[in-house]
Amino acid sequence: MAWKTMSVMRVRFNEGKVPRQMERSNMRYVDEFRDPELITKASEEIRRLADPARHYRIMEVCGGHTHAIYRFGLKDILPSNIELIHGPGCPVCVLPMGRIDDGLAIAGDRNIIFAAFGDMMRVPGAHGSPFEHKARGADVRIVYSPADALELAKKYPEREVMFFAIGFETTAPSTALTLMSAKAQGIRNFSVFCNHVTIVPAIRAILDSPDMRLDGFIGPGHVSTVIGCRPYEWIARNEGKPVVTSGFEPLDLLQSIVMLLRQLHAGEARVENQYKRVVPWEGNRAALKVMAEVFELRPYFEWRGLGFISQSALRIGDKYAMWDAEQRYAVPDTRVADPKSAQCGEVLKGVLKPAQCKLFGKECTPEHPIGALMVSSEGSCAAYYNYEYRKSLVTRIASVA
Amino acid sequence: MCLAIPGKIVELVAGQNLVGTVEVTGVRRKVQLGLLEDDMPKVGDWILIHVGFAMSKISEQDAMEQMRLLRALGETEQAMEEIRGYGLEDDVGHEGPIQ
Repeated sequence: MAWKTMSVMRVRFNEGKVPRQMERSNMRYVDEFRDPELITKASEEIRRLADPARHYRIMEVCGGHTHAIYRFGLKDILPSNIELIHGPGCPVCVLPMGRIDDGLAIAGDRNIIFAAFGDMMRVPGAHGSPFEHKARGADVRIVYSPADALELAKKYPEREVMFFAIGFETTAPSTALTLMSAKAQGIRNFSVFCNHVTIVPAIRAILDSPDMRLDGFIGPGHVSTVIGCRPYEWIARNEGKPVVTSGFEPLDLLQSIVMLLRQLHAGEARVENQYKRVVPWEGNRAALKVMAEVFELRPYFEWRGLGFISQSALRIGDKYAMWDAEQRYAVPDTRVADPKSAQCGEVLKGVLKPAQCKLFGKECTPEHPIGALMVSSEGSCAAYYNYEYRKSLVTRIASVA
Repeated sequence: MCLAIPGKIVELVAGQNLVGTVEVTGVRRKVQLGLLEDDMPKVGDWILIHVGFAMSKISEQDAMEQMRLLRALGETEQAMEEIRGYGLEDDVGHEGPIQ
């Protein structure tokens, strides 16, 4: 009952204007929700469908979803027996530290320009982050696009540009097209240090994990624009768990939860597409084609927190060997175990909540991240810290005052 | 980095294969259109951009909602920095917002 009153208040709140200076704060407003009436309806439908005798564990695979879930406080809207588990879909978070060290070791050669997305810059390696290496004299540059890194190579023909590529299938096609462009233009002072990973084997690893019990998945949004919905069909068919690919707005996420609950209620397991306005069922053929042209599957690859997963990552194929940094330079093949005290793996698998890690909010904060989950805004620790933990600090301070 | 930025195609760049100029809240930049080869956008179409590449066509309304979502997630600044940062420009003189 109390919840119902709250939802009505939220809708009413929408009629007023939110002062400008408040827009920047971390607090949430119904004003930002598309169709508040539909939000209320979806929430009511969730309450109706959720069996009070059951506890639902639903994993959102994508880091963008994790960010949105915390930002919009969806936990407060959901009944307490629906638990959202944050999945492995944050590319920065699952990259093992040793790969960062390997990339930065190559950049120890001062003729090399190390180019990477901004998200990578504060991620700690065993000997510091890319930014810290820059301070020590390495030529580290932020690029916003792999095509940007290729432009750098054209601009500095006497230097060698290495693009440190990360990302799931959303990003891999852009790297592939850039490599095709480098080959077509004969640009030889450019290479890619490839860390692209694929989402489905990670989901499989999570489902195989013995301490994991899940009821269904909110499937990734933008990864699915590339791979489509078919690659998730085995999850429904073999594992008996529904999957709904979802958009990123609060209403999208709530509707996806409704769709999952309807299936669970009816004892069904299918793949459904809530994000039809962007995700074609068959994916993007052109993107899949360029990925097949440039990449091949690695036999195995290490994931931070999940360990080695077979056929879970991409490497650059023979046709593009000349542009493969791992073939071009000596790679130290560094292996770094995460600090024992940090429990990134358990958090990543959803076994622990971020705040249950011993370092959370103490040694490990977004300002001084120890684990990668604290670095990216899509990492569950940073999202939890920014939207839940800080808020609880403020409340505690207010209640004392 | 998972979240995509909406933009409107204002021009298809002549002489450059599969490159278009998009406008994102008043800032114009080139983006790669190669991933939409099977369904090339026209001038006036709206697209979602990810790391400098158009990844899908969307409706104008969805583009507005996507911008609103980025604002709510506090990622507008990062998105605009990204748009400004695409180093795909030949004509540096055109940098900055177009009035």
